[in-house]
Amino acid sequence: MKTARLVLLYVICIFFVLLCLFPFWMLFVNATRSTVQIQQGVAFFPSVHFLDNYNGLMKNGFMLYRAFFNSLFVSLSSTVIAIYFSALTAFGFFAYNFKFKKALFNIILLIIMLPGQLGMIGFYQFMLQIGLTDSYIPLIVPAVASAGTVFFLTQYLRSSFPLELVEATRIDGAHEFMIFNRIVLPIMSPALATMAIFGVVGSWNSYVMPLILISSKDKYTMPMLIQLLKTNIYATDYGAMFLGLFFTMLPLIIIYLLLSKYIIRGVAMGGIKE
Amino acid sequence: MKRASKKLDYGKYGYFFILPFFVVFLVFQIYPMFYTINLSFTDLAGLADKYSYVGLSNYKLLWNNVMFRKSIGNTFIIWIVNFVPQILAALFFGAAFTAVSGKLKGIGFFKVVFYMPNIITAASVAVMFSSLFIYPYGPIDQILRKAGILPYSFQFMRSETWSRLIISFIQFWMWFGPTTILFITGILSINTSLYEAARVDGATPTQMFFRITLPLLKPIMIYILVTSVVGGLQMFDIPFLYAGGGPNYSTQTLAVFIYNQAFTGQNNYNIAAAGSVYLLIMAIILSLFIYRVLNRKDRDEEQETARTSRRLGKRRSAK
Repeated sequence: MKTARLVLLYVICIFFVLLCLFPFWMLFVNATRSTVQIQQGVAFFPSVHFLDNYNGLMKNGFMLYRAFFNSLFVSLSSTVIAIYFSALTAFGFFAYNFKFKKALFNIILLIIMLPGQLGMIGFYQFMLQIGLTDSYIPLIVPAVASAGTVFFLTQYLRSSFPLELVEATRIDGAHEFMIFNRIVLPIMSPALATMAIFGVVGSWNSYVMPLILISSKDKYTMPMLIQLLKTNIYATDYGAMFLGLFFTMLPLIIIYLLLSKYIIRGVAMGGIKE
Repeated sequence: MKRASKKLDYGKYGYFFILPFFVVFLVFQIYPMFYTINLSFTDLAGLADKYSYVGLSNYKLLWNNVMFRKSIGNTFIIWIVNFVPQILAALFFGAAFTAVSGKLKGIGFFKVVFYMPNIITAASVAVMFSSLFIYPYGPIDQILRKAGILPYSFQFMRSETWSRLIISFIQFWMWFGPTTILFITGILSINTSLYEAARVDGATPTQMFFRITLPLLKPIMIYILVTSVVGGLQMFDIPFLYAGGGPNYSTQTLAVFIYNQAFTGQNNYNIAAAGSVYLLIMAIILSLFIYRVLNRKDRDEEQETARTSRRLGKRRSAK
């Protein structure tokens, strides 16, 4: 009886594994097949037309590398900013006592629940007025105020940071910000690394904001490039379209293969916060 | 005492530490939000950069607008059809993985695979699925025909029902993994002595699941529900890129409606702004509603669990 249930559980799990991986596999297989092959019928194993599809893709102005480096620039810079200023804010809340501390921290909790797209129209109009449309600044600078990261890091500090260490350093006459940069930041690095992964992935995947703000094609980010695949140019070249899609996913698949352990652990830690 | 006064001396630094966050928050989040609310009372549209105030007319216009109402309906249908199976699957895997840990090999692998769809760009996922269902050469269509399930190519993208179903499925596919992991964490954080006590009392695994696990998962349930509702109200990438809101606007969600108003055709920023405010109001009402309903039950059951555990405790100490 017990073994039967275990077997059934295995079957269900494997079914869901296939469900999760099947779309990616079909995408990959079709990215290596010629358009003619795709039209002829379905296949479950890769073919040999990877390079043809690659040439077809590039011929039509799919600026893969440009968009890759654009996305890399935006997501890395916004993540560095988010991590540094969130750590700063979290440490401010953790290590110091000041008036309205509780109220201000509650505001942070409130922001986490706020729908992010709410101010989109006002944000766009505001950027239009100060001439920051078609610029990366509105995609990067708002990361300074990453409420979720601040919350996570404050919890982390509360659970594990030795405050005596700061007091000991103070006696040596060190400045508060120096203490933060030299001593606090390194101690926080495991938590910062976790948040950095989520920061990069989140920024890399964001679509609406770049879509409404960026207009020049050479500033497109990776998710914006995807919409090109839906245009008429690729409507006849299926192989190239599948390959383009595959390329937009590849960086994330690689990141996930390398860091899945930390990502899963990070998600689990986020659940504890309740 | 001395330590407290020392902290007080340094206290002012706290403001410097949190200052950048709040400055950026005010400029890039609070101001745009109030500016959006402000614009919702104006006639700002098209290429104009000046506006005058028109009172509540945008709100009235939207209230009576068929497309707007339909977009709200679409959003809820797509969200519900995704959320119910998502929470059931996540609860099932959460309970199963924690119950048989040790006996079931590869739980780590399953978790990694289940979470994977969530890490991939939603925009890519949407176009991937639309290419899997593309007419007439989409692989899904081809497989179904080969298997004899479909006699001829089916235009999935032309069917309103199928378009909604597929978008719901994509949402399910992307989110059951993260939800499973949250449930696993929640279940693992439940005090094991509760289960031991129940087992001593002869409770079955099913009873334990409904009497102990489920009630104690309430906080996580509230968190998942609220974030899913708020996220669902803003659902954009998948419906926008899967079918562009079509066919026949059947997958035009609230967020897609707002986007289309503001950034295509007439550039009706005023209407889009009013739509955003409606979205905010709905998000607040639904969040409070979920919180109230689940929390009230929570209180009743907490009392019951407290009573039960007290009883159990007494019995155990008597042993």
